Amino acid sequence: MDSTSTGTMSLPQMIGRASLYAILFLFALYFLAPLFIMVITSVKPMDEIRTGTLIALPKAPTLEPWLKAWGSATIGVANEGIKGFFMNSLRIAIPAVLISTLIGAVNGYVLSKWKFKGSDTFFAMLLMGCFIPFQVILLPMARTLGVLGLSGTVSGLVLVHTVYGLAFTTLFFRNFYVGIPDELVNAAKIDGAGFWRIFWKIMLPVSKPIFMVTIIWQTTQIWNDFLFGVCFSTGETQPVTVALNNLVNTSASVKEYNVDMAAAIIAALPTLFVYFAAGKYFVRGLTAGAVKG
Amino acid sequence: MRLENLLPKIVLAPTFVSTIITIYGFILWTAWISFTKSRMLPRYELEGLVQYVKLFANERWWVASKNLVIFGSLFIGICILIGLLLAIFLDQKIRIEGTLRTVFLYPMALSFIVTGTVWKWILNPSLGLEKLVNDMGFTSFTFDWLVNSEMSIYTIVIAGVWQSSGFVMALFLAGLRGVDDSIIKAAMVDGASLPRIYWKIIIPSLRPVFFSAIMILAHIAIKSFDLVVALTGGGPGYSSDLPATFMYSFAFTRGRLGMGAASSMMMFGAVLAIIVPYLYSELRSKKNE
Repeated sequence: MDSTSTGTMSLPQMIGRASLYAILFLFALYFLAPLFIMVITSVKPMDEIRTGTLIALPKAPTLEPWLKAWGSATIGVANEGIKGFFMNSLRIAIPAVLISTLIGAVNGYVLSKWKFKGSDTFFAMLLMGCFIPFQVILLPMARTLGVLGLSGTVSGLVLVHTVYGLAFTTLFFRNFYVGIPDELVNAAKIDGAGFWRIFWKIMLPVSKPIFMVTIIWQTTQIWNDFLFGVCFSTGETQPVTVALNNLVNTSASVKEYNVDMAAAIIAALPTLFVYFAAGKYFVRGLTAGAVKG
Repeated sequence: MRLENLLPKIVLAPTFVSTIITIYGFILWTAWISFTKSRMLPRYELEGLVQYVKLFANERWWVASKNLVIFGSLFIGICILIGLLLAIFLDQKIRIEGTLRTVFLYPMALSFIVTGTVWKWILNPSLGLEKLVNDMGFTSFTFDWLVNSEMSIYTIVIAGVWQSSGFVMALFLAGLRGVDDSIIKAAMVDGASLPRIYWKIIIPSLRPVFFSAIMILAHIAIKSFDLVVALTGGGPGYSSDLPATFMYSFAFTRGRLGMGAASSMMMFGAVLAIIVPYLYSELRSKKNE
């Protein structure tokens, strides 16, 4: 392996190296192709879509499908495009991410630095929330939201996402805070610092990476959610994923694939942006959440 | 000082209450309903295993379960194969490793609804891949899996693999970076070839990664819902149904609560059957350390 990087390669080594790059390049094409197709389809007029092929570049690119997807496509009963649903997703995701992350942070702090009898057992119990298929809680949750008067509301979805996000956020923070030396906390306790002061002065200043990981994890989970959205919201309170599915899978007389693709990109932009802006934290969350959860 | 001692418990209390109610309480409620004759509205008189008997006599449930086996095994198998290959290739001191990693992994940031939407377009029988290949001169080429009830479940595999194999690559790459270089160097000194070293030494040492990857992928497979809804809607007919779409359909659109509850309990059981041995072995290995 070392000889390959020195520049003095034998012919078979060079062939091996070249095919290695070729295979990786082909896979890169495979992963990028759907994104490419989505983008070019979204700026083609419909007649080009009907006559051309999947990968033909647009001859007369137009932003019309984007404008229609955003502001005037028919979704459900309204002709107002996806923008309202996009806003719904923001109104659901922002509070749910913030609340579940903050509660997760103090939970993780207690479960690592202020353990009490039974706290480890509780942590183990909480982890069930990372594993269960949510189908098993859908029916009682629907009834509970009904009783609380939150059926079909944005607040209802905020509540659901917060509640079922707690297991992951607590897990993330607890595992991170376990790595902070107990001596630090104990010394502060001896100096007379209290619960909140230690959290504020010792834990929070070092917590930036875990906040990033948790916020990114929660944002992608909640933004991309479809199951809760489709079960607990109706009509104009639906999140963007549900609206996208309604747009694409409603049998209209004329199917506008370019509008579908533009809407799909709009729905994907926030999480793609997060991924490209903070990929490092995204991957860390993915592997941590997945391996431990 | 009293308050200070109680504070940790007070802080944890909301999560404690919510966990007891929304996880354990709700599972029990669903379990209870699955033993009743609830239809549109929940009824609480226990009637034994009626719903489970009906569930197992339901052809659609069998199609959904069989599909889960097909989808699950192909999805897990192909994701692991591609993920492992990509990880090994990327681990050969590739110049643009960072860029490639970003490309392989970005689908993971997408919603399954977006993935389903784009693959539905690519696999469109009249305007998609089929037309592309036809226009290239292969006029007899047909690709109608999306509307072919024999093949529709495989379109879910195609889209699922596209979305998740980059993630498996990330897991394996992390595992490969943890392999001790000196073992490889020693084997090379002994004259072993690189493929042999991978096959005999490195891949076997990645056993824990295989284990986690299978766990996670199986978990994703059992919960798969959005991808099916967006890509095939469970159709044609119910040929590409999975247990999750079956459950949704019976519980939410057909008003058969008892049957929906019973099917969700089966899904829960399947997840437990996978997770419990995994957790057990994890805890044991931690204790042995």
